[in-house]
Amino acid sequence: MPLIRNGRLADDPWTALADDAELPPTGAVIVSLARFRTEREVLFNRGAPLGIRLKSSELASEIGADAPRLDLIAIDFPVFRDGRGYSTARLLRERWGFAGELRAVGNVLRDQLLFMDRCGFDAFEVESPDAVAAWEKALAEFSVFYQPATDARVPARLQRLQRRAAS
Amino acid sequence: MYRYDEFDQTFVAQRVAQFRDQVARRLVGELTEDEFRPLRLMNGLYLQLHAYMLRVAVPYGTLSSRQMRKLAHIARRYDKGYGHFTTRQNIQYNWPALKDVPDILMELAEVEMHALQTSGNCIRNVTADQYSGAAADEIEDPRICAEVIRQWSSLHPEFSFLPRKFKVAVTGAPHDRAAVAVHDIGIRIVRGDDGEVGYAVLAGGGQGRTPMIGKTVRAFLPKPYLLSYLEAILRVYNEFGRRDNMFKARIKILVHEVGIDEFRRRVEEEWEHIRGTAVEVPEEEVRRIASYFAPPTFARLPAVSEGFERQQRTDAQFALWARASLHPHKQPGYAIVNISLKPIGGVPGDATAEQMDIIADLAERYAFDEVRVTHEQNLTLPHVRQDDLYALWQELDAAGLATANINTVTDIIACPGLDYCNLANARAIPIAQKISERFGDIEQAHDIGELKIKISGCINACGHHHVGHIGILGVDKKGVEFYQLTLGGDATETAALGELVGPAFGYDDVVDAVEKLVRIYLGLRQENERFLDTYRRVGLQPFKEKLYAAH
Ligand code: SF4
Repeated sequence: MPLIRNGRLADDPWTALADDAELPPTGAVIVSLARFRTEREVLFNRGAPLGIRLKSSELASEIGADAPRLDLIAIDFPVFRDGRGYSTARLLRERWGFAGELRAVGNVLRDQLLFMDRCGFDAFEVESPDAVAAWEKALAEFSVFYQPATDARVPARLQRLQRRAAS
Repeated sequence: MYRYDEFDQTFVAQRVAQFRDQVARRLVGELTEDEFRPLRLMNGLYLQLHAYMLRVAVPYGTLSSRQMRKLAHIARRYDKGYGHFTTRQNIQYNWPALKDVPDILMELAEVEMHALQTSGNCIRNVTADQYSGAAADEIEDPRICAEVIRQWSSLHPEFSFLPRKFKVAVTGAPHDRAAVAVHDIGIRIVRGDDGEVGYAVLAGGGQGRTPMIGKTVRAFLPKPYLLSYLEAILRVYNEFGRRDNMFKARIKILVHEVGIDEFRRRVEEEWEHIRGTAVEVPEEEVRRIASYFAPPTFARLPAVSEGFERQQRTDAQFALWARASLHPHKQPGYAIVNISLKPIGGVPGDATAEQMDIIADLAERYAFDEVRVTHEQNLTLPHVRQDDLYALWQELDAAGLATANINTVTDIIACPGLDYCNLANARAIPIAQKISERFGDIEQAHDIGELKIKISGCINACGHHHVGHIGILGVDKKGVEFYQLTLGGDATETAALGELVGPAFGYDDVVDAVEKLVRIYLGLRQENERFLDTYRRVGLQPFKEKLYAAH
């Protein structure tokens, strides 16, 4: 499936590891939260990039203070209507100090990309082949935002204050 | 009232462009109806029994004359010449063509309106007391708070895919005309012990199949923390609200299942992390918004207009209308005027394009250019000089807008029901019309006194039957329409859910049953008691016995 990272089609160097698959000696792997819990020390001490894939029901606090030690967190959207991942993403970024790749996977639609981008996702597994064009379009559709989120976009209320201060 | 600046204007214009693109993709078949559905729902566009329905947001129920004229124009140009005002202070058009909807939205944007968040599992259009800025008992105009919330919630990136829809209502007065206790979040503007103005925050109220009265999460929230507190509640709901069962997904179920104490603990814990952060709205921005809601320049007048007093004495029809339609204004010499959209035998909440134009015109001439939509599906002119009431009444009367039945038995709320809605079990509008005709004698209606009848065509309760003094709920019994009656519901600060009286009535019998209930009340009432007071004094039993007694 095409992967967009930071606005470009990107290769995916990560291996998604099934829970019963043998842990390869090298290479970046993504494991489930359950597997992470049982093999936490081994995984951290492997000397290779580590990622976790969260189900939509697995909330940010379940990774908690381990977040800064991870290189990637993938959050699953089993269906676009399930919006828990937006809170999970914001909390991982804003509360738990996660700075690695935050990847949206599952039912990721172009009309959701802006919301996801605003909540701190920087990578998206998308279905559509014209993904990058759609991604760029989705992100350019709005220039006014009414609330602060994880991104750096300046909310309208601050733009108003800034404009007033400048005049 | 609030005016868009360049940022607001840009935002709605971009929204229209986005939707135009989505509609184009749908019309050429690039999007299936399934894929298009969530997109159109984010713009208030439903697919109903016979056609698309567009629900346009009227934030906190406030309209200018210019906006009202635009609504009339849309009704005329894109619909069948009328619109339908809803229990959420919005307006619905029942017959727009899909290809026209982007143009309608563009026309709305021209008058600073939109259809954003009038559907979908997001924070819906915020509602407020229709007497905002005019009522004598108001602590503060709730529209300031409501506008802050409207902006914050607009395309909120974290809260646009909640477990279920999310409704917020605000009241600025102790007498609750916004039904805040039956909203997902209800906000009461209150004065703290030391006189400071802040918010009491309720959560978990709602109607639908599991009606609940909202519970207090925080008795006093200082004003600067409004948005962090709301964000904390929404986040707890987004994370923990049920998603396994659509019927258990509203926040009321979460509050009920974990208990208000545990719910409050989670909210407060979340709040500790985010209070005072960038989410809060800066004071200067609040002042900017508040300035739009500054009171109009009222004339200094005596508290009572002599002309108005005299006209009531000499014209009984006018006196009757005045008694039903007026509400005390905070400014001496002024009155709040309610315009009934419940003509005898009519469809509750419908207004023709001509009526909308006339009301816009009257608002301009008599009411500082403002109209309000009430959650009881009527309209209000919030600031009218008592001296002008007689002339206003004559013009309303000529337009068929002076039915003197506000708050009476024929001021009925009804959802669209089986005439439009694909979820309906039964018709609601024709029942309202038949009851209205049955009690068509206005003097008699006044003798019966305040009586709120509310009708829903199914358990989703869009017609608020749970909080009707008499609630009527359409149910389906083996393909036949039946109606359950509930008594004693109340949407105000003494909120209560109605109790089921007994077995349901058929379509042809329900109006008789309602009439019987009214007669029973008249037989039981003591001096000055409203239906609700009598019911509260005597309880369900006497009503039940007499209603089902063999005749
Ligand atoms: S109460 Fe039921 S029938 Fe009435 S509008 Fe709502 S969903 Fe439709």
